[in-house]
Amino acid sequence: MIIKTQKVIPASEITDPHLFLQRRKVVKALLAAPLAYAGIHSGLAAGQTTPGNGLASHYQTDSTITPANLVKNYNNYYEFSLTKEQPASLAQSLRIDPWTIEITGEVEKPLRLDLDDLLKLQTVQEYVYRFRCVEAWSMVVPWLGFPLASLLKTAKPLSSAQFVKFTSIHQPEAMPLQANNTMLEWPYVEGLRIDEAFHPLTLLATGMYGERLSKQNGAPIRLVVPWKYGFKSIKAVVKIELLKKAPLTTWNKFAPHDYGFYANVNPAVPHPRWSQASERPLGSHFFTPRRKTELFNGYGEQVAALYRTMDLSHFF
Amino acid sequence: MLPKKLSPLDVCTAICLVPLLWLALDIFLDKLGANAIQALHIRLGDWSLRFLCLTLAVTPVQTLTQWRGLSDYRRLLGLYTFFYATLHLLAYLWLDHGLQWPIIAIDIWQSSYIWLGLAAYIIIFLLAITTPKRAKKRMGKSWKKLHRTIYYASILAIAHYFWQLKGNLADPMLYLLIILCLLGFRLLVWLKSRYLFGLMIPVKRNK
Ligand code: HEM
Repeated sequence: MIIKTQKVIPASEITDPHLFLQRRKVVKALLAAPLAYAGIHSGLAAGQTTPGNGLASHYQTDSTITPANLVKNYNNYYEFSLTKEQPASLAQSLRIDPWTIEITGEVEKPLRLDLDDLLKLQTVQEYVYRFRCVEAWSMVVPWLGFPLASLLKTAKPLSSAQFVKFTSIHQPEAMPLQANNTMLEWPYVEGLRIDEAFHPLTLLATGMYGERLSKQNGAPIRLVVPWKYGFKSIKAVVKIELLKKAPLTTWNKFAPHDYGFYANVNPAVPHPRWSQASERPLGSHFFTPRRKTELFNGYGEQVAALYRTMDLSHFF
Repeated sequence: MLPKKLSPLDVCTAICLVPLLWLALDIFLDKLGANAIQALHIRLGDWSLRFLCLTLAVTPVQTLTQWRGLSDYRRLLGLYTFFYATLHLLAYLWLDHGLQWPIIAIDIWQSSYIWLGLAAYIIIFLLAITTPKRAKKRMGKSWKKLHRTIYYASILAIAHYFWQLKGNLADPMLYLLIILCLLGFRLLVWLKSRYLFGLMIPVKRNK
C-alpha cells in the first residue's frame, strides 16, 4: 500500500534531516503514525514493494504501542550500565554528531558516508514492530527507519558475501564499561546471514515515536530485526562489513551456550536458565497475565522460509 | 485509655513492615519504573533474602556479645523472611502470571533458577509452620534438627539469585559473602566444640 496524501506541512516543521528529508516523506511518515497507533496497517515506501510478499502485515501488531517514556527508561545498554534505568541519563554524554558509517568487505563499492548524506538516499518511514528481549520482556515500538537492504544495495555486494557484521561505536570517554574494559568485549558486534540482512523487515532505524532516536535507544542509527531477540538489534552502528564467513558476535562469544548466532525468538527453545514461553509487555498492569511468546516473535509468515531446512533448537 | 508501653520487640515488629510500606508508597506514586511488575517482584525477593540474612545473624551476634534474650528476635525475623518470601511467591503467581496455571507450569518447568527458589521456600515454609511454641514442644529434639535446615535454605536462596542473573554480579556477590560469613561462623563454632569435645574423650593408649 502506498500512501499518497497532499497534506501541507509548514517548512518550519521540517527541521530534522535524520528523520525527514523531503516534504513528501514527512507526509508519509507522519501519516503512518496515527494509522499505526490505531493498530491498522500503515503504508510502505514507494518503489520498494514487491507486491504479494505479505509485507504490509509487518506493520500489524496485535498489541498497543508501548508508551514512549517506558521505552526510553528501560534499556539494556551495557556500555553505559548494567542497570536498565541508568543508560537514560548516562548515554547523554555520547557524541553522535558528526557520525560516519562505513560499509566494507565483500562489496564492489566500499562506502564511507556521513550519516546525513546517507539519509539523503533513503526513504524514512514508520514501522511498528514488536520487540522481544531475551530476558522475557517485550514492547511495541514505532520505529522510523529504512530497510537495511536499500543501504546495502548501494555498496553493490559481491556474490561472495554470505554474512553481515555490524560494529557499534567505541567511545570509552562516554562509555564507562568500555573505559574499564568490563563485562563484554568492546566494541559490541552483531551479525546476520545475508538473506536475513536483505529481508525487508530488517531495518536501520534513526528515530522512534516521530522523533530522533534517543541516545539510550541507540542513536543516531541502530539495527532493528523484529523476529530476533533484542540483543541482535545492535545500537549506534558505525561499521557494516559483508563477509564470507559468520562473524563471532559479542554475546555468542561471551556465553555460547546461552546465546546463539541466530537468536530467533522461539518459545519452544528455553534459555538454559529460564523459559522463553511467555513475556512481560512493558507497561502492563498488575495481575495481567504474561503474553505468550510467538515463534519468530509473530513474524513467521514473513521469515519462516529463511529457516525452512534448519533445526531451530540446534541453531538457536 | 493510655496505650500500653511498647516493648522493643513490638517496635522491631513494626519496623520490619517498613519495606512493605515503602513498596506500597512506590506503587501509589507510580515509581516502580517501566516494568513495575518485575520491579515489585524483585524488591520482595531482595527483602526475603535480607531478612534471611538478618535471621542468620542473630545467633552470631548473641554468641559474640553474650547478649541474652535474642531468640524472640530471631523468631520474629524468621517469620518476616517467610512473610516477604510468601509475598514474592504470590507476586510471581498472581501479579505476574494472573494465576494462569498452564503458563506458570511451563515457566517453572523451564526455569531452573525457580526450582532453587521453590526449594528454599519449602524449607522456610516448614520452619514457619513449626514456629509456634506448641509445635516446638511436640517436636522435641527433631525441632532443632529441622530448624537447622535454614542453612540449606540460605544456600538455595543465594544460588537462586545467581542463577536468574542477566549480567550484574556485584549484588549477589555481596549477599554470597554475607551468607558465607554467617555460615562460616557456625562452622568455626562447630569445629571448636568438636576440638574441645575431642580433648575430653580419654585417648586409648597403646601399651
Ligand atoms: C526463600 C525463598 C526465596 C528468596 C530468598 C528469593 C530471593 C530472590 C532474589 C534475591 C531475587 C533476585 C532479585 C534481584 O534481581 O535483585 C529473586 C528473583 C526471582 N525469584 Fe526469588 N526468592 C525466593 C523464592 C522464590 C520462589 C518460590 C519463586 C517462584 C516460584 C521465585 C521466583 C523468582 C523469580 C522469577 C525471580 C526473577 C525476577 C526477575 O528478574 O524477573 N523466588 N528471588
